[in-house]
This record gives sequence, C-alpha cells and structure tokens, in this order.
Amino acid sequence: MQLLPQIIFIVLACAAIFLFAKNVGRIQRNILLGRDASEGDRKDRSGQRWRNVFLLAFGQKKMFKRPLPALFHFFVYAGFVLINIEVLEIMIDGIFQGGPHHTFEPILGGFYAVVIGFFEILAVLTLVAVVVFLIRRNVLKVPRLAMKELDGWPKKDANTILFIEIVLMLMLLLMNAAEGAIHTQETGHGGFLISGLLVPLFSGMSVDTLHTLQIICWWGHILGIFAFLNYLPYSKHFHILLAFPNAYYTRLEPQGELQNMPEIQKEVALMMDPSAAAAPTDEAAAEPPRFGARDVQDLSWKNLLDAYSCTECGRCTAVCPANLTGKLLSPRRIMMATRDRLEEVGKALNAGKDWKEDGKSLLHDYISVEELRACTTCNACVEACPVGIEPLDIIVQLRRNLVMEESNAPGEWNAMFSNIENNMAPWKFSPDDRDKWAEELMAES
Amino acid sequence: MKIKTIAEFAAEGTSPEILFWVGCAGSFDARAQRITKAFAQILNHVGVSFGILGKEEMCNGDPARRAGNEFLFQMMAHNNIALLNGYGIKKVVTICPHCFNIFKNEYPALGGTYEVIHHTTFLQSLINEGKLVLKGGGSFKGKKITYHDSCYLGRANGIYEAPREVLAALDVELVEMKRCKTNGLCCGAGGAQMFKEDEPGKTRINYERSNEAIDTGASIIAANCPFCTTMLVDGVKTAEKEEDVKVLDIAEMVAQSLGLS
Repeated sequence: MQLLPQIIFIVLACAAIFLFAKNVGRIQRNILLGRDASEGDRKDRSGQRWRNVFLLAFGQKKMFKRPLPALFHFFVYAGFVLINIEVLEIMIDGIFQGGPHHTFEPILGGFYAVVIGFFEILAVLTLVAVVVFLIRRNVLKVPRLAMKELDGWPKKDANTILFIEIVLMLMLLLMNAAEGAIHTQETGHGGFLISGLLVPLFSGMSVDTLHTLQIICWWGHILGIFAFLNYLPYSKHFHILLAFPNAYYTRLEPQGELQNMPEIQKEVALMMDPSAAAAPTDEAAAEPPRFGARDVQDLSWKNLLDAYSCTECGRCTAVCPANLTGKLLSPRRIMMATRDRLEEVGKALNAGKDWKEDGKSLLHDYISVEELRACTTCNACVEACPVGIEPLDIIVQLRRNLVMEESNAPGEWNAMFSNIENNMAPWKFSPDDRDKWAEELMAES
Repeated sequence: MKIKTIAEFAAEGTSPEILFWVGCAGSFDARAQRITKAFAQILNHVGVSFGILGKEEMCNGDPARRAGNEFLFQMMAHNNIALLNGYGIKKVVTICPHCFNIFKNEYPALGGTYEVIHHTTFLQSLINEGKLVLKGGGSFKGKKITYHDSCYLGRANGIYEAPREVLAALDVELVEMKRCKTNGLCCGAGGAQMFKEDEPGKTRINYERSNEAIDTGASIIAANCPFCTTMLVDGVKTAEKEEDVKVLDIAEMVAQSLGLS
C-alpha cells in the first residue's frame, strides 16, 4: 500500500538532488574558469578565514549595520536553517513511509511537540519577515531595492523567492493544523503551538478529509522544497549556500592594498636594470599575459565566486559615492554583469566542449567605460557587503585592461601620466620646486 | 628653521629618526603646502629629528596605479624604493593617506619595507608620550568641529581613532556626520578622480560630502588628507559657506593651537 508513494518519493528526491548537483557542478566549473586569487590563492590563514565564516556568514555581523532588515533577515535565516531539521524528518518519513509519519516523535517523546512548536514560531516569523520584505520591495519601494538596474528578471527573481517561501511556510502550518484537527476530533484535545490556533477552522471536516489535506500539504511542502532547491542555481538566492565559502575566502589584507602585478613588476625591473636581463628566465617562452581583465576568464575565481554569491541586496550601491551622486556606476551592477557574462560563457560550455571567443567581453559589452571611470576606489562597497564581495577588485582589473591594452584613458589622465613620468608629480610642476615650501618656511621663521 | 634633506644627513654620515614624506600635494599644491609647513613646524617644535627627500622625492605612483596604469606605478615604485633603500630609510611619516597606504601596503611586495606612520597617528603618539603638550586646545576649545574620515586612512587601513584622539586633546566638541568611520563618504578625489572631470551625474561627490559636513553646524571640518582638504574647500566654497566653515587638516589645528602658525 505504501510502496507506490515511497517509490515516487525516492525517485523525486533523487531526481531533485541529481539535478541540483549537476547545476552546482556547472557553477563550480564556471567559477574555476577564473585565475588564481591573491593572498596565496586564499589558502593561507585558515583560522582567520573560519572566524569570518562565523562572524559574517553565521553571525551576519555586517547585516546588523542596518538593524531592522537584519532582524527580519535573521528570522528567515534561522527559519531556513532550523526548519531543515524538520525537512530531515520529512525525508526519512518519505523514504521509509511514503508520507507523514513523525519518525522523530517516539525518539523525542513529549519534547516533540515543543520542537514542532518552536519550528512553527520560526515559520510564523519567516512569514512575517517575508511579507515585510515584499512590502519593502513593492510598496515602500526602498530605493536600493527599486533601482532601474533590477528591472525585469532580478525583480521577478526576488519576488518569486519570497512567494515560494510564503507557500512553503503555509504548507507547513496547514499540514500541522490538519493533524491537530485530527487529534482534536479523536481525543478531544491536540494541536501544535501555532497551527493549533487554526484547528477551529477545520471543525466541520471529517477525519478522512483532514488526512487528505495533511497529505496534500506534506507533499506540497516537500515538492516545493525540491523545486526551490533547483531554482537556487538560477537565482540570486544561491547566496544562502555561497555566503559561507565566500566569507571564508574573502580577503584579509587591508582593503587599501591593490593586488600586485608581478608580471609587470618583473618587466619594469628588467627595464630599469638591464644586467638582470642576462639571468635566464623560465617564462621567456610563456604566452604573453593579458594585462588586467577583459573578460570573466581574466578575473580570479574569487571574483567569479563573488558574482554567484551576490544576492543583489544593493548595500554596496547604496553607499557608493559615484552612484549616490547620480553616476552610472553601481557596484551591484558590476557583480550582476559579471555573473550574467559568466553564465553566458557557461551556457556555451554546456553546449559544446571548448570555449571559443564569441566576439563579446565583460568589458564594453557588459560593463561600460563610463561606469569604470566613475570609481573613486573608496572601498565603501567592499565594506558594505555582508558576505565579503569585492566589486572594487573587478573594477580595478578592468581599468588596467582599458589603460594598458587599449590605451583608453581620458585626456586628463594621460596628461597626469605624462606629468608623473616627466615631472615626477601628477601636475606639471618642476621637480626643482618640490622643496620650495621648505625654503619659504626657512625664510618665514 | 632649517629643514634638512636626507642627502644632507647622509653627507654628514648621520640619519634622522624619521623621513617626512611630503607627497606631491603637500609639495606643490598651495593649500596643501600649509599642511606640510604646519607639520614640519610641529616636528621642529617637539624636537623630532626628521629629514625630507627634497628634490629627490617622486610621486609614489598611486594615481597611476588606481587609474589602471600599472607600468607607470611600477616604474615609480622601483625608483622610490631604490632611493629609500639606498638611504637605509627605516621609518616614514607622511601627511597623505594615499602615500601612507602605498608605502604601508603596496611597497613591501616590491621590496620596500618600512615602518610607515600617518601624521595623525604620529601626533597622537607624541601626545600620548607627553612629548606634545596641547594646553587645552587654545582657540579650538569647545568649538563645534566635525571630522571627515578619508577613505585611505579609514576603510583602507582601519585608522579611525588616532585622529579623533588628537581632536579630543584639542578639547573640541566633536560632532560626527551620519556617514562616518566605516560608513564615511568619500570626498570624491580617490582613484585618480582628482585628476579628471566627473562623469555625468546629479552632483559632485565633494559637494555632497561638504554639504553633509556643513549640516552638522560645525565651524571647522577637520581632515587628514591634502586631497580631501582640496575637495572640501571647493565644496564649502560652492555652498557659499567659506565665511562660516573652515576646512583644516589636523596638523594645522595642532600647529595653530601651539601658536606656531
């Protein structure tokens, strides 16, 4: 009797997990298209890195810079993490019983109702938070959540996630309410902490109808979870997984330090000291490097991981001085564009074997010169990101490509460059006047 | 007062305790020269042995690197490091957070490792050690002052307290802007923006920041960076507030309270 639902459950669970694993594998492949990252490819200082996982990802330290959204986000986060324990029971029930069975009930005894009650509180808090989020996005139109760059898919994505979360939580509560109603009809009492309040609504229904309702909600909940799982790789919501590795791999050096370019350092050293050229170099035969980044493959894997970890919250853009003063640059859009381009490259890889140039690149086709030019390198975006994304690193690498490969710089910058080269200062002053202030000071006192 | 160059020290077979790295703004920009002079006067007043590189000093390459011109940066870095290492420089104090950041964070990978101190931190330690005594702040006592965190001292290097402690020693009434410390808003000069026109937008970044500072009701905007100072002076001027609001580097405030300038 139970065999058919069991088989259906197991087949669906396997299919969901298989499909999810396949898509995660593709994302991993895409991320690994990137070059090595700075700081020893982020393999060093694991203690400090774990600390960031606990502070940033688990502890959501940076989220609390904006306390109200942080609190609601924490509800959803806690709900997601802890309700998964109930999902574990649903999985066990499904595999061994093909439907709701409460495998954990005999183990936990009287404590079981307390645990379920706790989950129900989380479910309600999640519902409240999700409704607040929907209002913030669609009614209040909080500026960072209603910007033009989110038009189309990003907005739809955000609302879809919230909608699925509402459905999942309602299924959970309805399922429990139906069960409480059955208990009430059979024993005169019953019902869990929150869903018990819904029991009177079902007073006219027969036990059979309630059983059916319970089973429908049980399947609805778990199928919803399978569907949501497979929606994640296509969505910004993938951050619920990547926030953790991203916090681990985030940079530890002072934010002010730009990544060095050893290839140029070497070239300059040879230029300045020709005698060093006599020394044999092993990279003489190596492919000439591309300076800076033109496309996603030129970025580091951490930059690409950043792109997939971004949940488009816009905290970066909300503090970007360029964006605040109406310039085109938006650090969030830099991350979204990087992911879009990487997805496009990934799609080509899915279809064929090798990546061939498609005549497009991250620079120009996805991110414009005007955006790159507006950055003041102030690190506000990096500081603001709750999960340790570094939009500035991408901006600088694209700028390097613009200047060094395309000689593409505004006239004022070219003048600044030549002043530095010829006068040792970014302005056209004579190097002989550099200590004029000291002479003046001597004359004054 | 006589300001000696490192070359002069070397000729005597000695070396000063610190190299005062002035930077391009501090050397050439008329407004920033006042900061340079103020800091040199403080050093002289306290009796710190210091030298400058004088005509030998060169741009460290920061604007070139941030604009994307790594070649030019590496050339400047190579020459500067050769110069500093040649003189056996150990300790560098600078009045520019961009120079500070380059020396502290970016030259070590290129072979230039020094103890690098920003002038506000240096002033704070002089105060803490009792070498610099501010008699209750003088003219700044009780004055409403706001402090602008530069990006390259603040977020880039996590220095927020030292400059504030110097201000506290001046006995000022510090009123913070809403966007301060890690949330501080850029003045608009960094990333080589100082050297070009803005991209099209609603307003300029320095106007936005200056207005925020003006709105605190402070009569002085304290800064720690010659570029921020330039940007804020321009912003205050555009808001037609230059009569009521002054922009001063912390070194200038200290020098004034000591009656040095």
